Amino acid sequence: MKAYDTVIGLEVHAQLLTRTKIFCGCSTRSGLPPNTNTCPVCTGMPGVLPVLNRKVVDFGIMLGLATGCRIAPRCIFARKNYFYPDLPKGYQITQYEHPLCEGGTIRIETGQGVKRIGITRIHMEEDAGKTIHDEKAPYSYVDYNRAGVPLLEIVSEPEITSTDEAVAYLRELRQILMYLGICDGNMEEGSLRCDANVSVKPAGSSRYGTRTELKNMNSFRNVQKALEYEIERHIGIRESGHEVVQETLLWDPSRGVTVSMRSKEESHDYRYFPEPDLVPVEIGEAWIDGLRSGLPELPFARRKRFSGQYGLPAYDAGVLTQTKALADYYEEGVRLLDRPKEISNWIMTEVMRILNEKGIPITGLNVSPAMLTGLIALIGGGSISGSMAKDVFAEMAATGDSAESIVERRGIGQISDETELLSLAREIIDAHPDEARRYRSGKAGLLGFFVGKLMKATRGEANPKLASKIMKELLEG
Amino acid sequence: MQDLIYISIDQHGVEGALRKDVKITDDQILHVADLALIRLDDDEVRGLRSQLDKILGYMDILAVVDTTGVAPTHHPLPLVNAMRDDHGQGCQDLDDVLRNAPQHEDGYIVVPRVIGKGMRENA
Repeated sequence: MKAYDTVIGLEVHAQLLTRTKIFCGCSTRSGLPPNTNTCPVCTGMPGVLPVLNRKVVDFGIMLGLATGCRIAPRCIFARKNYFYPDLPKGYQITQYEHPLCEGGTIRIETGQGVKRIGITRIHMEEDAGKTIHDEKAPYSYVDYNRAGVPLLEIVSEPEITSTDEAVAYLRELRQILMYLGICDGNMEEGSLRCDANVSVKPAGSSRYGTRTELKNMNSFRNVQKALEYEIERHIGIRESGHEVVQETLLWDPSRGVTVSMRSKEESHDYRYFPEPDLVPVEIGEAWIDGLRSGLPELPFARRKRFSGQYGLPAYDAGVLTQTKALADYYEEGVRLLDRPKEISNWIMTEVMRILNEKGIPITGLNVSPAMLTGLIALIGGGSISGSMAKDVFAEMAATGDSAESIVERRGIGQISDETELLSLAREIIDAHPDEARRYRSGKAGLLGFFVGKLMKATRGEANPKLASKIMKELLEG
Repeated sequence: MQDLIYISIDQHGVEGALRKDVKITDDQILHVADLALIRLDDDEVRGLRSQLDKILGYMDILAVVDTTGVAPTHHPLPLVNAMRDDHGQGCQDLDDVLRNAPQHEDGYIVVPRVIGKGMRENA
């Protein structure tokens, strides 16, 4: 039995896929030369006024609906005051009282079945700029291209009780964001950032332990490792009779440790107050209904449906619904050819291998669902063997040609030369006199044995139907 | 339009509304100074203490007003939903941006180093 219970709450920042920033018309594109995507608004020049990008509210409402939140009929923005060079105004425009969404749920799969993790709130805010620190000189370099890029902050309830659950929650949230098409979900590049509040308490106790806040975990793996490290650190401190200090820590992935970020005397005193430069946002039923009707089927529902409708194992359903595009690809395939499990197998092996090798999404694959099902139909029709089909598929992916034209061009698909098959078949029968005798005395099931030998002798290139016919004739003739 | 509440200082009496017993402390002043990144000497703290005491006293006048049942005002204007569509309108020229920076290099704005002090490892 565990001596301690772990309590984790996650704060996730999702960078939104709008074309322009949240309060000005500057582009949200990344990777541009420093400070070229800025204007007087996002560099905080005196006298400028922010104007809210409607799309940001749309995206926030969509995520709120997807996670079962209440959408606030009226919400306001707030100023969060602190000084840091990446924040040109000296405050961040965010939401504090009256956020956009409250009280939702994300369902995750755990070893003990489905668990619901509460969403406390989802709010809109602007991103800060980026600072680069000089190792040698006493300077930092600031780039405001990211300042004002829209973010949604998604705050979970402290209902996550293990690192595995934390990762599952994060994966599910990321998948929802990507299905909605409102965030690209790239953790390494910072489009999806995760902070965690961690504490431990004696098993069964209702009193929370002192929590620490973890930042800088820019991959699922780092989230897992940082949380594991921090939980062990808390337990170690308690075991040695000391108290955990409430503070903010940075995960250092190269050394695998958490590092204290702020000095103790520096307190969080953000002096939030309602943002006087922005008027309230009122969200009526018509606005919400318009967005609700455009929501896609969400990952959890789609996984369940794939299992039920196509009779797929949970594993297959999970892999195929990883991205909306892959799930769409699969369903288009099944629509064209009613062989759900076979198509699933092909996607999970050959298709995924090509995607991983080339580092491309399914939308970048040369092989359309119709081409894939064309190939599978050829196998079913006996024109080519399963192992030949893998070669054909690789060529389809490389050239974009259809299975039929590749089979025809390469003259593969079947050894239909009866003479060649006949001589091979005779050798096999001669090599297995016992089996041949038993077959002839009525053991009809042995035909499969002989056909298998023949297929193997041709490295799978024999037309299986022809191979079967020849074997049968020879054995019975 | 919301109902406006007018307060007449004469009517209520400034002195009557001032909190005589609650004084701002030096620690509070130094904390606010710290948040504002300004340094104060003892004379300045003393001067600010009496000024801030008065200002907070004026604020207390507002507390005299009975606001039971009055919704908080988040914005003085009776407007909502002032928004723009997600269309770009071009950014500022880099030279213009950098003209406002005391120091810059390769397009970056250069500031005093802001990380490194007080970092402590929990290993």
